[in-house]
Amino acid sequence: MIKFILGRLTYLIPTFIGITIVAFSFVRILPGDPVLLMAGERGMTPEHYQEMMARLGFDRPIWEQYLEYLWRLLHGNFGDSINTKQPVLSDFLALFPATLELAFCAIIIAVAIGVPVGVLAALKRGSWFDQTTMTVALIGYSMPIFWWGLLLIIFFSGTLGWTPVSGRISLMFYFPTPTGFMLIDSLLSGQKGAFASAAEHLILPSIVLATIPLAVIARQTRSAMLEVLGEDYVRTAKAKGLAPGRVVGVHALRNAMIPVITTIGLQIGVLMAGAILTETIFSWPGIGKWMVDSISRRDYPVVQSGLLLIAGIVMVVNLIVDLLYGLINPRIRHS
Amino acid sequence: MKLKTTLLAASAVMAVLAGGVNAKTLVYCSEGSPDGFDPAPYASGTTFDASARTIYSRLVEFAPGTTSIVPGLAESWTISDDGLVYTFKLRAGVKFQTTDYFTPTRDLNADDIIFSFDRQGNAENPFNQYVPGVSYEYFTSMGLDTMIASMEKVDDLTVKFTLSAPNAPFLSDLGMDFASIVSKEYADKLLAEGKGADFNNNPIGTGPFQFVAYQKDAVIRYKANDTYFGTRPAIDDLVFAISTDAAVRAQKLLANECQIMPYPAPADIEALKANPDLTMMEQAGLNVAYLAYNTLQAPFDNVNVRKALNMAINKQAIIDAVFQGTGVVAKNPIPPTMWSYNDAIVDDPYDPEMAKQMLADAGVTDLSMKIWAMPVQRPYMPNARRTAELMQADLAAIGVTAEIVSYEWGEYLKNSTALDRDGAVILGWTGDNGDPDNFMNVLLSCQSAGEGGSNRAHWCNEEFSALLTQAAQSTDQAERTSLYEQAQVIFKDQAPWLTIDHSTVFMPMSNKVTGYVMSPLGSHEFATVDIAE
Amino acid sequence: MTDTPVTGPAPGTTRQMLAEFWFYFRENRGAVYGLYFFVALVIMALLAPVLAPHDPIIQDRSALLVPPFWQEGGSTTYLLGTDAVGRDILSRLIFGARYSLFIGIVVVSISLVGGIVLGLVSGFFGGWIDAVIMRVMDVILAFPSLLLALVLVAVLGPGLTNAMIAIAIVSQPHFARLTRAAVLGEKNREYVMAARVAGAGKVRLMFRTILPNCLAPLIVQATLSFSGAILDAAALGFLGMGAQPPTPEWGTMLAEAREFILRAWWVVTLPGLAILITVLAINLMGDGLRDALDPKLKRS
Repeated sequence: MIKFILGRLTYLIPTFIGITIVAFSFVRILPGDPVLLMAGERGMTPEHYQEMMARLGFDRPIWEQYLEYLWRLLHGNFGDSINTKQPVLSDFLALFPATLELAFCAIIIAVAIGVPVGVLAALKRGSWFDQTTMTVALIGYSMPIFWWGLLLIIFFSGTLGWTPVSGRISLMFYFPTPTGFMLIDSLLSGQKGAFASAAEHLILPSIVLATIPLAVIARQTRSAMLEVLGEDYVRTAKAKGLAPGRVVGVHALRNAMIPVITTIGLQIGVLMAGAILTETIFSWPGIGKWMVDSISRRDYPVVQSGLLLIAGIVMVVNLIVDLLYGLINPRIRHS
Repeated sequence: MKLKTTLLAASAVMAVLAGGVNAKTLVYCSEGSPDGFDPAPYASGTTFDASARTIYSRLVEFAPGTTSIVPGLAESWTISDDGLVYTFKLRAGVKFQTTDYFTPTRDLNADDIIFSFDRQGNAENPFNQYVPGVSYEYFTSMGLDTMIASMEKVDDLTVKFTLSAPNAPFLSDLGMDFASIVSKEYADKLLAEGKGADFNNNPIGTGPFQFVAYQKDAVIRYKANDTYFGTRPAIDDLVFAISTDAAVRAQKLLANECQIMPYPAPADIEALKANPDLTMMEQAGLNVAYLAYNTLQAPFDNVNVRKALNMAINKQAIIDAVFQGTGVVAKNPIPPTMWSYNDAIVDDPYDPEMAKQMLADAGVTDLSMKIWAMPVQRPYMPNARRTAELMQADLAAIGVTAEIVSYEWGEYLKNSTALDRDGAVILGWTGDNGDPDNFMNVLLSCQSAGEGGSNRAHWCNEEFSALLTQAAQSTDQAERTSLYEQAQVIFKDQAPWLTIDHSTVFMPMSNKVTGYVMSPLGSHEFATVDIAE
Repeated sequence: MTDTPVTGPAPGTTRQMLAEFWFYFRENRGAVYGLYFFVALVIMALLAPVLAPHDPIIQDRSALLVPPFWQEGGSTTYLLGTDAVGRDILSRLIFGARYSLFIGIVVVSISLVGGIVLGLVSGFFGGWIDAVIMRVMDVILAFPSLLLALVLVAVLGPGLTNAMIAIAIVSQPHFARLTRAAVLGEKNREYVMAARVAGAGKVRLMFRTILPNCLAPLIVQATLSFSGAILDAAALGFLGMGAQPPTPEWGTMLAEAREFILRAWWVVTLPGLAILITVLAINLMGDGLRDALDPKLKRS
C-alpha cells in the first residue's frame, strides 16, 4: 500500500511543477498589463510607467521572475494582489470557505438524490420511473447552468419572492465567523433565525451547482448497478434463492459503489468550474468569482497563484479518490 | 487567542447593536468591493465611496450636490495675491475615531495634514511604502507632486502650502478623495509595531462614519461616528452589501434587502421608476463619451471629413438603443452641469445627405475606416460595442465601410494613444473635481497630444491650448468662464471628436430613505441620509 | 479496400456493421428523437438565410424589445420578438444554430485529431515519450476546464475562434487518454502482431491497424465533447469572453440579454432554451451511440 501511495506521489510532483509553469507562463503572456488598467482613461507618462513596472518586478527576465516565484512558493509566499495590495493567500483563505460550503452542499444534494434515484432506476429498469428520472437526468446533464440560475432567480426570487436574491446571510445578522462556513457560524452565534437565513441563501446556488453532478451521479449509479446486476455472482446469488433485498443491498450495491465513488471524486473539478458561473450569477463571495474578476483586472499574482491553489486542491482530491479506490479495489493497487 | 479576540470584539459590537433598540440601519447595495480602505493608493470610485466618503474628511469639501468648495477640516483659508501661497486655518478640537483597534490621544493638527500629503509625494517618508509596491496614482496624475513646492506647519492649527506655479484648480484638488486626511499618530503607532498594512485594513479617519468590519467581497459595516465634527449622521449603522450585478442589485432593492443602490441597468430603469415603493433620483453625470478621430491620419486630418462623419451619425438613436433614453446627446466636450458650459453652440445636425455631399466635395470616395469599441462598461458608456454597431450602420448609409475592432481594456487604453493609430476610438471621461480644466486640458490640449497622452484625437490646436493655459493660471472665475467658452467654440469648429453623450446617473431608493443628495462628481455619501422606520 | 486481411477481425462487411449499428441505435427511442432533432438543426443551419424571416444583424430602430407575437404588444413581423437594438430574435436563433454546430464540429475535430495523435504516439512508443505526454495531459486535467479555458481566452483575446481553440485544448486530453488506453489494450493482440510480422510500418500500424479498432469509445467521447463544447462556448460567451456581438451566438445573446432579466423575459429565456434543447438532442444521440457501439451494455 505504501508503495502504491509513493507511486502516486511521484506522479504528482512533475505534474505539480507543470502546473506552476502553466500558471506562471499563461499569466505572463496575458495581453495588457495591470499598471495600464489602474491608470484607466488618464494614462501615465512613459517614465512613470517604467518605474511602476520596475516596482512590481515585471521588468526583469521572465525566467528570473519564474525562479523567484518558485522560491517564494517554497516559503509559502503566494505573492500580493496588485489591486488590493493584500497577500493572495489571505484573500484566498477569506473566500475559499464560501466556495467550499457551496460545493459541499451541492455534492450532498447530488449524492443524496442521485444515488438512490440511480439504484431505483436500475432495479426498475424500463419502468416509467426509470424513463422519467433518466430523461430528467439527461436534461440536467445538458443544462447551461448560468441560464438555469437566472431562471431560478427570476422565478423564486423575483416572481414568488421566496428566496433571497444573493449574498450568504441576511444583513440583519452580524456575528463572528471563526470557521468561515455560514451554516456552522450561524449555529455557533446562537442568534435566532440566523441558521434559517443562511440556509435560505444557500438553497438556490447549491441547487444550480448540484444540477450537473446530480445528473452524472444518477446516470452513473444506474449503469454501475445494471452492470453489477448482470454479473455472474449476483445471478448466482439470485439463483441460490437469496432474498432480493439482500442481493441488492449487500452484493450489488457495494460493488456498484466503486465506480460511483470515482465519479463523485471526479465531480470536484466540475464543481470548481460550475462555481465560476454560479458565483457570478448569485454574487456569491467565493473564489470562482474572485478568479473571473482578477482575470479581467489582469491581477497577475492573483491569477497565477489562484490557478495554482485551485489546481492543487483538485489534484489532492483526485489523489484521495485514487487512494480510496485502491483501498477498496486491491486489483488496481497491484497493476 | 486571535479567535477569542475577534469573538470579544464582535460581541462588543453586538452589544452596541442590541443596546440601541431603535438603531437605524441603512443598507446600500454597492457595485463592487473596495480595493482597500486607504483612499490614497487607489483610483476607483467604489473604493472611494467605501473609504474617503465615509471614514475620512478633507481640508476642503465639495458642498453636497455641487462642485463648489466649502470648508472642511480647514475652517478658512487665504490665497496670496500671486496665487502661490495657500494658508489653511484648521478647525480646533477635531477628533479621530476611537475604535477597538485604536484610541487617539490627541486631536487633529497640522502634522496630520502635512503627513497626509507628504507620504504620497515624498519617497523618503517612512510611510511612503507602508505596503511594498504601493504607489499614489492620483496624487501624481493630478500633478500635485510637482505643483506643491513646500508645506509648512505655522502652528498646530495653521498650515501653509507653497505652489511652484499659480494653479486655479488646486483647491478643488484638495477636495478629492486621495487628499483625505489620515492620522499621523495612528500611522506612527502601526509603524512602530511593524503592522503598517493594518493602516489599509483597519482605517481611522475623522469622517461621519467609522469602520466596523469588512467581509471580503460580501459586506462592509460602519457605524455613525459620535465624535464627528459636523452633524452626526441620522442613521446609526451603515452597511454596504456588495452586489456586482446590476440586475441582482435591483432585485435586492425590490426585496428590501437594501434600501438604496447605484448604477441600475438602463433596461431596469423604467420598471424601477414605475414601482410605487421606490423613488428614483436622477442627475446628469459629470462625464462625456466621444469618438475621437485620429487627426493625424488621412483623410481624418481634413476637418470637413470629420464634420461629414459627425453629420452621418444619428446620436439620438444611440441614446435610445444603448442608453434606453437615459442620457443626453453631447455637443460640447464638457457636460451641461459644469460651469462655463457653452450652451450657445449649435451641434452638427444629423443629415446623411449633406454628409455624403461633403465627403464627395472633399474628394473622399469608398472610405473604409475602423471604429474602436472598448470591451468594458464605463459610467459614460454602458455598451460601446452596441454603439459602434449603430455607428457602423449609419456610416454604411453614406457609403462608408466601418470595421469594429476591440482589444483587451488595458491594451485598448495603450494602443489608442499611439500616434499612428488606425481608426476612430470610442472613449470617455468622468470628471474628478468639477473643474473644466480637468476635462479640456486632460483630453484636448497640445500637452496631452503626444504618444502615450490622453488626447486620443492627437489634436493640437495652439489657439485652443493657449486659452486653456491662460484660464488655468487665472483666479478670476468670470475670466476663466469666458476663456473656456471661447475654447469650446474652437473645439466645435475643428471637430476632433464626435461628441456622443453625457449619461444620466440614476439612484433608485426606497421611499423610506430621505435626505440623500446626489453628487455631481459621482460619489455616494450617506452622512445626510435618514431612514423612516 | 484491398488489404482486408490485415485490418483485423472485422465481422462482416461495412454494410452489415452499419445495419447492426442501426438496429441497436433504433432501439433507443430517445436517441432517434435526438437524431431527428439534430438533423432538423443541421438543415436549419444550412438553410438559415432562406428560413430566417429577417437579417440577424439588421436593426429595426422602431421596434426595440418587441415581445413575442402571442403577448400584448407583439406582432407577427417578429414572431419571437426583438432584442434591445431591434434585431429579430427568431432569425438570430436560427443563425445561432450555425455557430453552435460550427463550434461543436471545430472543437471536436481539433481535439479528436490532436488527442488521437498524442494518444497513439504515447501508447505506441511508451517510455519517456509516453511519460511526458501523459504528464502534460495530467497538468491540463488538473485545472477545472472552464477556468483554464477562461485564462486561455484571456491570453489569446476574446473571440469565437480563440474560444474554440481554448475549449479544444482543454477537452483534448480525454481523447488522448482514451486512445492511449485502447492502443495499450490492442497493441499485443494477435492481429497487430500479424501485421507487424507482415512488415507493416509504424505509422501504418498505428493509423490503419490499431486505430480503427478503438473507434467506438472515441465516437462516444466525441459526441460528449460536441455537446460539452457548445455548453462551454456558451458559458464563455456568457462571461463575455466568447463570440463577440453582434454575432448571434446563443451564449453571447444570453450575456447581452442579462440586463433585461426583469423587463424582457424572451431575450433571456429563448437563447438558453435553444442551447438546452440542442445539447439535449446531441446527448440523447450520444446515449444511443454508446448503446449501439458498446458491446458490453448490448448484452445486458
